[in-house]
Amino acid sequence: MIAMAFLLNSFLVFGQGAITPNWVMYSILGVLIISGLSALVGLTGKLIEMEGQKHGVQLQQEGWFTKLLNQFTGESKSGNNHKLTRGFDILLNGGVANSQITFKAVSRVALKPQNYVGISPIPKVVVEAGQTVKAGDEVYHDKKYPEIKYTSPVSGEVLEVRRGDKRSISEIVILADKDQQYRKFAVPSADADRSALVNFLCETGAWTWINERPFDIVPHVDSVPKNIFISTFDTAPLAPDNNLVVAGNEADFQGGLNVLTRLTSGKVYLGLDGSNKSGLSPAFTSASNVEIHYFSGKHPAGNVGVQIHHVAPIKGHDKVWTLGVQDVIALGRLFRTGEVNRNTVVAIVGNEVVKPQYVATYPGASVAELTQGNVSDGNNRFISGDVLSGKQVAADGFLNEGDDQLTVITEGDFYELFGWLLPISPRPSVSGTYPNRFFPNMKFDANTNTHGDKRAFVVTGQYEEVLPMDIYPQHLFKAILAKDVEQMEGLGINELSEEDVALCEFVCTSKQPLQQLLREGLDYMRTEA
Amino acid sequence: MGLLQFLKRIEPDKKKNPLLHTAYDAFFTFAYTPNRVNKGGVHIRDGMDLKRLMVHVVLAMQLCYLFGTYNIGHQHFVAAGQYLGFLDGFHLKLAHGLIKMLPMFIVTHVVGLGIEFLFAAKRGHEVEEGFLVTGALIPLIMPPDLPLWILAIAVAFAVVFGKEAFGGTGMNIWNIALLTRVFVFFAYPGEISGDTCWVSGYDTLAAGSTAEYGWWHTGFFNSIFGSLGWPQFEAAKTMVVDGFSGATPLALAYQGGMEAIQQHYTIDQIFWGGIPGSIGETNKPFIILGALFLIFTRVASWRIMAGMVLGVGVTGMLFNAWGFNAFMMVPWYYHYILGSFLFAMAFMATDPVTASNTNRGKWIYGFFIGVVGLVVRVLNPAYPEGWMLAILFMNSFAPLIDYFIVQSNIKKRTSRV
Repeated sequence: MIAMAFLLNSFLVFGQGAITPNWVMYSILGVLIISGLSALVGLTGKLIEMEGQKHGVQLQQEGWFTKLLNQFTGESKSGNNHKLTRGFDILLNGGVANSQITFKAVSRVALKPQNYVGISPIPKVVVEAGQTVKAGDEVYHDKKYPEIKYTSPVSGEVLEVRRGDKRSISEIVILADKDQQYRKFAVPSADADRSALVNFLCETGAWTWINERPFDIVPHVDSVPKNIFISTFDTAPLAPDNNLVVAGNEADFQGGLNVLTRLTSGKVYLGLDGSNKSGLSPAFTSASNVEIHYFSGKHPAGNVGVQIHHVAPIKGHDKVWTLGVQDVIALGRLFRTGEVNRNTVVAIVGNEVVKPQYVATYPGASVAELTQGNVSDGNNRFISGDVLSGKQVAADGFLNEGDDQLTVITEGDFYELFGWLLPISPRPSVSGTYPNRFFPNMKFDANTNTHGDKRAFVVTGQYEEVLPMDIYPQHLFKAILAKDVEQMEGLGINELSEEDVALCEFVCTSKQPLQQLLREGLDYMRTEA
Repeated sequence: MGLLQFLKRIEPDKKKNPLLHTAYDAFFTFAYTPNRVNKGGVHIRDGMDLKRLMVHVVLAMQLCYLFGTYNIGHQHFVAAGQYLGFLDGFHLKLAHGLIKMLPMFIVTHVVGLGIEFLFAAKRGHEVEEGFLVTGALIPLIMPPDLPLWILAIAVAFAVVFGKEAFGGTGMNIWNIALLTRVFVFFAYPGEISGDTCWVSGYDTLAAGSTAEYGWWHTGFFNSIFGSLGWPQFEAAKTMVVDGFSGATPLALAYQGGMEAIQQHYTIDQIFWGGIPGSIGETNKPFIILGALFLIFTRVASWRIMAGMVLGVGVTGMLFNAWGFNAFMMVPWYYHYILGSFLFAMAFMATDPVTASNTNRGKWIYGFFIGVVGLVVRVLNPAYPEGWMLAILFMNSFAPLIDYFIVQSNIKKRTSRV
């Protein structure tokens, strides 16, 4: 480029003996006039187009200029291999070193209705304290949708129904039996029609394992998804390795996939880790009846939202379903045995965990029982999920619905002298102002300090660097703050979920609460729809 | 820790004395990062915050500060034909530079931060760090002899009308530092244009006019230098020599292009500084180092810088081709080191608040700053340098650029089939 410029310059400056300056001047003026005119025409066209859009008329396809600009985005795709260039891996201490999974039968589990987005605050609880339930028995349902049942993952005695603010149901605690009793369901035949299948799923509670995008809600009974997406790897900090989880459950995983193909009019897509192809479980690589896509890149490449965006983005009023690997396994198991058995592998991780490990247990297991004797003393934060998009739970609380990770990190409620300028302890950061760049494999002890105060949006472009989607997050968040529904939809709010913007929130120099903002926006969209 | 306990004990009451509490809070958070923890969203956060960001920009311009301060003194003595070597009379040049620079720095910060504290207390939020960078930039883009009261008015104008009126840090449309300069430029043009303002310490640059020294020169520094046996400030001896003009290379370029420049300055001098100009912009290598530091630490956008380099290159080549007058014939690559292009590129255009938000927009924004700035520099004889106006001009257009880019993204999404 520079060499060309030099050549051009030397030609123009020193070659003026040959070409009369006036001629050069006029030709350049001509070019300027033409380009000026075309810019004017382009601008007018744009304005007309926008006016047309207001009246619902689609006047023009993308211009050449936009197409040219699109060349600048870094993502590349060849066949079903997607290479994502943007993102960031937060490397933390406290990962699981061995691949052994031990079963831990906790005595207390809880169901938390408020883990489901959009459920009414006081759902109808059909059990009472003291009553015994089997795994698969209904515990509660949303009054608006009584046909969708939320069932117990364990058999045992209902201990109590805890209430939170304004008498909302916060937790339904169940004392789990030593020997689990399963309710037997009649599995619909392989050629049963879709409505029979849906009825069965609603009856067993498996319907509530499904997550529907946009909004991350339990789908309505008459909802038919455009596609179903399953991400088989998690790139979040200290996330469990699904290759270990699926080991021994390969047949159930495939069985679950087969069920899912009967529920959608489109396809079932499986997202695989493209950066570690040799280490993948055959359950993933040779899954049938699905379309396999490989994604390589840093976090959030493993997020299903990012994968949807690159494979078949949500458009218009499409609905897309997503499930976790363990949900698919449980679904396959349900159709094989007729029993609701949702035992989940949970990774207990974090720098405050003495011995990080994999544990198989019941969903909603008691945190205290899972971590007993395995957490260092001091002020710790217990997180159901990962450090980015997980939720804080009390030390004597319970895991949240569907979470396969329990992270324990240091609570960062201490002052630090000149901590913003000369921090004493190393800390993860994307910025080049820390020496982190020279130690790309360094792992950090995390703590929950905010490392600064909340400010207005100042820095630009940093969200884009960690969100491998064609979305302008900052403009989206401003649209959410302005409650501009059209703008929100146009900027792709329907393609996002909290976990997708969690990394943006992590890097945010202004310490803005982006996940909370996004949820407010999604809730607003949901009520407007 | 003792200090922490002491600071906690002297914390003023927020309700009784909001202004004092705001000021206390600003200084306390400067000393200690607070013990706040994440609630609701992510549980861990990046170590980067606005303070750290801003302070890295200030760090990046420290070399410019050093050189700029010294160069004030250097120009002063070069005009008098004394100590012509750059390092000759080191103590005198440094002392003179400090006498000029420190009051400007202090006035800028007292006025600017004072207004910031006042508004923060009134609004009931914390003091935002935006003025750290603005306040550090303002002295660097001023002529050395600018009267302090003008500086104070200009800073007050820029901070009140350019920033607080829009809602504070992060909300402003125009670059505050440049707004300060543009205020001086249009309200007091005599102080910031022409050939005489860039050399400090003389009333005029007419041959024979003597240096103006005050108490700090004759009373304070002379007594120190005298006791050490070093040469002292002597107003009667420090007279402007015949033939000294104080014209900047750009002013010369108007008169006779590259030839006129090279009669007074060599390319090396233009590159390494030691010539008249705004305080911070004369030494190019130090600015380049600062720019590289900003790019490496990812504090400033390399896209804007690259866009500007491209814009100047293209426009410069067009002018070379046009070749209407001697200034247009100045080879396009010299435009990079003439005037304050590099300083504007590294520290002014890259202000994230007033620049384009989108990555594509940054290219366009930078490119057009390059184009407009060079057009003003070369084509408009009323303005010796174009970057201030070009950046403020493109600041106004940055939202429009973003608008079209965001609209194209929306259109792409809504037209998915």
